[in-house]
Amino acid sequence: MSKDVLLEVRALKRYFPIRGGLLQRQVATVQAVDDVSFAVSRGETLGIVGESGCGKSTTARLLIQLLEPDSGTITLDGRIVGDSSGLTAREFRRQVQMVFQDSYSSLNPRTTIEDAIAYGPTVHGLSWSEARTRARSLLDKVGLDSGLFATRYPHELSGGQRQRVNIARALALEPRLVVLDEPVSALDKSVEAQVLNLLNDLKCELSLTYVFISHDLNVVQYISDRVLVMYLGKVVEVGPVDDIYGNPSHPYTRALLGAMPSMDPDNRGKQQILTGDPPNPINPPPGCRFHTRCGHAEPCCSTREPKLSSVGTASAHQAACHMLIPGSGHSAAPAAAAGWRKMV
Amino acid sequence: MSTTALADDRSSAASTTEPLVRVENLRVSFATRERTIDAVNGVNFTLDAGEVLCVLGESGSGKSVTLRAMMRLHPPARTVMSGKISIGGLNILDLGRDRLSELRGGEVAMIFQEPMTSFDPVFTIGTQIIETVKRHDGLSESAARKRALELLELVQIPSPARRLDNYPHEMSGGMRQRAMIALALSCRPRLLLADEPTTALDATVQIQILQLLHRLQRELGMAVLFVTHDVGVAVEISDRIAVMYAGRFIETGSVRAVIRDPKHPYTQGLLASTVNGSMRGKRLEAIPGSPVNLAALPPGCAFQPRCRVAEPACSAAPPPETWLNPSRMVRCVRAAPGST
Repeated sequence: MSKDVLLEVRALKRYFPIRGGLLQRQVATVQAVDDVSFAVSRGETLGIVGESGCGKSTTARLLIQLLEPDSGTITLDGRIVGDSSGLTAREFRRQVQMVFQDSYSSLNPRTTIEDAIAYGPTVHGLSWSEARTRARSLLDKVGLDSGLFATRYPHELSGGQRQRVNIARALALEPRLVVLDEPVSALDKSVEAQVLNLLNDLKCELSLTYVFISHDLNVVQYISDRVLVMYLGKVVEVGPVDDIYGNPSHPYTRALLGAMPSMDPDNRGKQQILTGDPPNPINPPPGCRFHTRCGHAEPCCSTREPKLSSVGTASAHQAACHMLIPGSGHSAAPAAAAGWRKMV
Repeated sequence: MSTTALADDRSSAASTTEPLVRVENLRVSFATRERTIDAVNGVNFTLDAGEVLCVLGESGSGKSVTLRAMMRLHPPARTVMSGKISIGGLNILDLGRDRLSELRGGEVAMIFQEPMTSFDPVFTIGTQIIETVKRHDGLSESAARKRALELLELVQIPSPARRLDNYPHEMSGGMRQRAMIALALSCRPRLLLADEPTTALDATVQIQILQLLHRLQRELGMAVLFVTHDVGVAVEISDRIAVMYAGRFIETGSVRAVIRDPKHPYTQGLLASTVNGSMRGKRLEAIPGSPVNLAALPPGCAFQPRCRVAEPACSAAPPPETWLNPSRMVRCVRAAPGST
């Protein structure tokens, strides 16, 4: 593991049972996050994209220990979370904070925003007066005049202002990593740009590391250094942002990028579009989970699951597709021997 | 109304130069005991048969209120409407209840953002389409069922015969939205009102629905009034764009003209703050401040408090419509003839 890695997630898995029938027995399982591994370097922004049901929000909740993983480990700065010799959940949460999509439901409606921000630090040992001082300076930092806003309640603020409060609250414990789960999706475009600017400013000023989750490919491209693409609980492609957007290698990534409405009036209606909806994560298809919608699917795709493997010679850019794996049995795959020679 | 009669209507409408929809000085306010919200403040536009006009605006700009006003869907007791809405020669604001319910779902149909809440959850998709067709076109049960099946095929729902007997909750989001389009098209409307129909959908499904709507609109020759907050969606679907702010159309023009050469400072700001990859590493030119409070509109241009280039004239009175050419309108004092 390189020294630069702040957060490492290994083989993270979380299934949700679905109960039904007379005795509430388990009748099915939602494979929300299935064998997900990735690392986040210090100071970088990792963008996670995918459609609804792909497991990106479950991943976020697992990351900050709101959900217990069924298996897999989370390592922060070399210390395993929840391990007897590693970090306790309490220590971990001081260093890792989260901002949620719905700015209103994530604030207590009966608490002033100053107290909402100050509450976390008091739990971790600050006195209320010290914590309130910190809250006021954070409000100023996120662009809200503390004299004007500190004693207001959440309903007195606009959506953009509330999201600024949530960001201030996430920063109150001086975390190293902030998990942002669709932080701008509920905001208007003009306000979204303000909040994205704020996030970039804060990142530089406080040397933060972000995990930025969104379904908006434009926003992810703008803010991320590396991008992870998820489909039905699996990582299908990961790599530096320019590689993912410039040379998408998994057919799903290509389809996702192709589905972006073009901003050019002369270029519209030319997208290569997928058919069908994303399948239900309750019974994901066997093999490659994307094969039911993939234009390149062959028999091997429905029987064996492709592992993440390097695209070309760049080890930072990986995709899970049989077409990239030498000897996978897919007709478009590189020949096994040639691939082997390249690796040697 | 029979289908042949409808076709006759349509050909006669197409032969004249009168646009299908003409809206003049539309105002909508909602009165509560405490305050009055001025949601739409003098909107003018026309829409030709077979044309797609996209109303682009942020939340609270009045775009959905304008759309709902076209069918008078606002609660009558709380809503004050004035101005003129004419659809195919009918004066909507003067229509009686019976004629209005004939119009709704007949000549004018609407699709909504969330199909789950616009279908009745206790009836199958088929029942709901069949009921609509019987009600408006007076078809028999079997003929209506046949029409419903054709409609599901038209919107490309796989195994349509089986899907007719599905309840809304048994379908995925994309399928439900297709079913709602089928329902809306069931009586061959001349005008389709679309209220952010793709906002709740995933990216790969959104583009399917947009392309489907675009194809159907051309094949059936419908006029579409499409409301969205997403510039990309607007570019994808529309012939013309109207940008709305604080209950007024502040700029209208062809898609190309508005996107390539925005004239109003708000449109310029909106396009500049719509993120795309080429802006990586650059600071976004965000519009400062937050959207205007509709209960306390400023006397002049509503965008003036957030505008970078505001001048004293802006706060005097709302700028008039300035027509740069017959298809291009801007409401900004700087665009007025004689100003620099």
